[in-house]
Amino acid sequence: MKDEAIIKVENATKLYGINRSEAIKLMKEGADKDTVYKKTGVTVALWDVSFEIKKGEVFVIIGLSGSGKSTIIRCLNKLNKLTSGKIYFQNNDLDQFSKKELLDLRRNKISMVFQNFGLMNHRTVIENVAYGLEVKKVPKEEREKKALEMISLVGLEGWEHQPISSLSGGMKQRVGLARALANDPEVLLMDEPFSALDPLVKRDMQFELLSIQRKLQKTVVFITHDINEAFKLGDTVAIMRDGRIIQIDTPQNMSLNPADEYVSKFIDSADKSKVLSAKHVMITPRCMVREKDAPVHIIEELSRNDVSTAYVVDDSMKLLGVISIDNAIRARKENIPISDLIDREIYTILRDTLIVDILQLTAKSKYPIAVVDEDQRLKGIVSKSAVLSSLR
Amino acid sequence: MKDYLLHFPKEWQFDVGDTIDLWIKSFSREQREILTAIRNFVITSIKGINWLLAIIPWWLLIIIVMILGWRISGKKRVGLLYGAMLIFVGSCGLWDHMLETLSIVIASVILSVILGFPLGVLIAMNKRAESIIRPILDLMQTMPTFVYLVPAVMLFSTGKTPALMATTIYAVVPMIRMTSHGIIHVNGEVVEAAKAFGSTNLQTLVKVQIPQAMPTIMTGVNQTIMMAMSMVVTCALIGANGLGMEILLATNRTEMGKALMPGICIVIVAIILDRLTQGLVKRKEAEQQ
Repeated sequence: MKDEAIIKVENATKLYGINRSEAIKLMKEGADKDTVYKKTGVTVALWDVSFEIKKGEVFVIIGLSGSGKSTIIRCLNKLNKLTSGKIYFQNNDLDQFSKKELLDLRRNKISMVFQNFGLMNHRTVIENVAYGLEVKKVPKEEREKKALEMISLVGLEGWEHQPISSLSGGMKQRVGLARALANDPEVLLMDEPFSALDPLVKRDMQFELLSIQRKLQKTVVFITHDINEAFKLGDTVAIMRDGRIIQIDTPQNMSLNPADEYVSKFIDSADKSKVLSAKHVMITPRCMVREKDAPVHIIEELSRNDVSTAYVVDDSMKLLGVISIDNAIRARKENIPISDLIDREIYTILRDTLIVDILQLTAKSKYPIAVVDEDQRLKGIVSKSAVLSSLR
Repeated sequence: MKDYLLHFPKEWQFDVGDTIDLWIKSFSREQREILTAIRNFVITSIKGINWLLAIIPWWLLIIIVMILGWRISGKKRVGLLYGAMLIFVGSCGLWDHMLETLSIVIASVILSVILGFPLGVLIAMNKRAESIIRPILDLMQTMPTFVYLVPAVMLFSTGKTPALMATTIYAVVPMIRMTSHGIIHVNGEVVEAAKAFGSTNLQTLVKVQIPQAMPTIMTGVNQTIMMAMSMVVTCALIGANGLGMEILLATNRTEMGKALMPGICIVIVAIILDRLTQGLVKRKEAEQQ
């Protein structure tokens, strides 16, 4: 069930203006947005956009202003109508929805969070949060109970009866989030919800959103122009430019294989250390020996690979530590067991450890850092130079 | 032939004025019963308002205004100033005239709000209605008031009824305009939010657009009151008693001093009404900043 698409967009196109058929012809001939506007006066907001959003994922759409990202998100709850193309919500064609079904969709299945909060300042916090329940005629007592629950979920206890004007920006967006969650929707549409907030508050809100999302397992469609935000929050990221989607991928794949120059330029502005993890930069260790190996064999192994240290594992590939060539020679000369000379004080990381966390370890560690799995089995190593070059 | 080049051709001139006069006369004759009923209703309501104002003892009215002035502005001296101004009206011997003027103003403001608010909402919501009603509003605002004083008199004879009609025609315009302006200019994202949460159009209007537009609508009421006040003297021309009539009589007798006193009283009433309603607007705005 989890992998099933909850929203499907097929060939969505949205044009503003009168002379549309001419514009469509030009676009099909491969003209770009600006040329079409100059020649026909038609603005191409979306052109042939297709994607699928899986149930329970955070789907981020990123693009600069005018790329069509706010247009497409408004098509998902039909605040905007497509010129052509189809949108399916749980396999139902949005075009076929009656007025009543559309109200039902907006009241129960999809709710929205806005860039400038979209709060009603003639109402108190609780009245705002309960708005969605009020329009579907939930009795007052019940909707206030639900609203209180949501207000405490977003951490605004004690502010229930305050007017909106008394709140700070971050608190206002918490109200916006609580209002959206009060309907218990399946999908949350978030149109640049944190863009109007200052960086520190923004970070708190991102964290809050992630923890709420983990808890409630909502599908989130998130619009942003901030690549760091996109990579931090997104399970899947779609990059838009001039009304088209250029690439849809996971943040990791996108930063490793950008589809074109535009995407890689976009990604360059991102802090990759928060996206890439050990598995993207690790290599197989050139020299690995077993604890039981004879010192002679270890020395041979080291000199053949032209390295000065070797990773020592036991029979089940569990990492024990590192042995240097000096110690291996000493073991042979003085006949000391290898196990006594292993440097066991080494740093280990998991395959999913983020580069940003590895960076600090590389500064402290004498050896390339070992990557292990949950059972301490050696999977690879990460050298300082590999970490640094991944950030370029 | 040369004449035609210098003067507008006589043959092309026609006179609709007479036709309209005839039409209104016959209309007022045929519809006498309905017109009389309207007239009686209007007179009764104005009398009712006047009676209400008159049963409030003069000192109580002054105290009420003082308290309102103090509460709304938040300053005690404002209340005291309003009290002193009203006492001045009384000592000029114009108290009863003021009440008469006030009752026409209040009646026409009430009528303007009752007519203007729904019309304002209608033009805000409906493009077609807007394209029809807007030119009529422009016409009502630019047409010299004397032009519609005459048909008002022809239909309702002289007195308070035509005064009320003329005042309302003049004063309803800002109410309509401000109501529609307020509703159209509600923050787009807030309206979008209302829609996104599944509000019907009616729910969006009643729960979001009208409350959000309230400060602007209140400004409309304030403007309507001011417009109605400015019609007071004009209405005296068609026989509406009150402060305006005093000015008119004194002017006819060229008694400058006698005209000045009721003039000052009109200014006083207008200032007090303006400041009280403006204060309410500012409060609403502060709530919704």
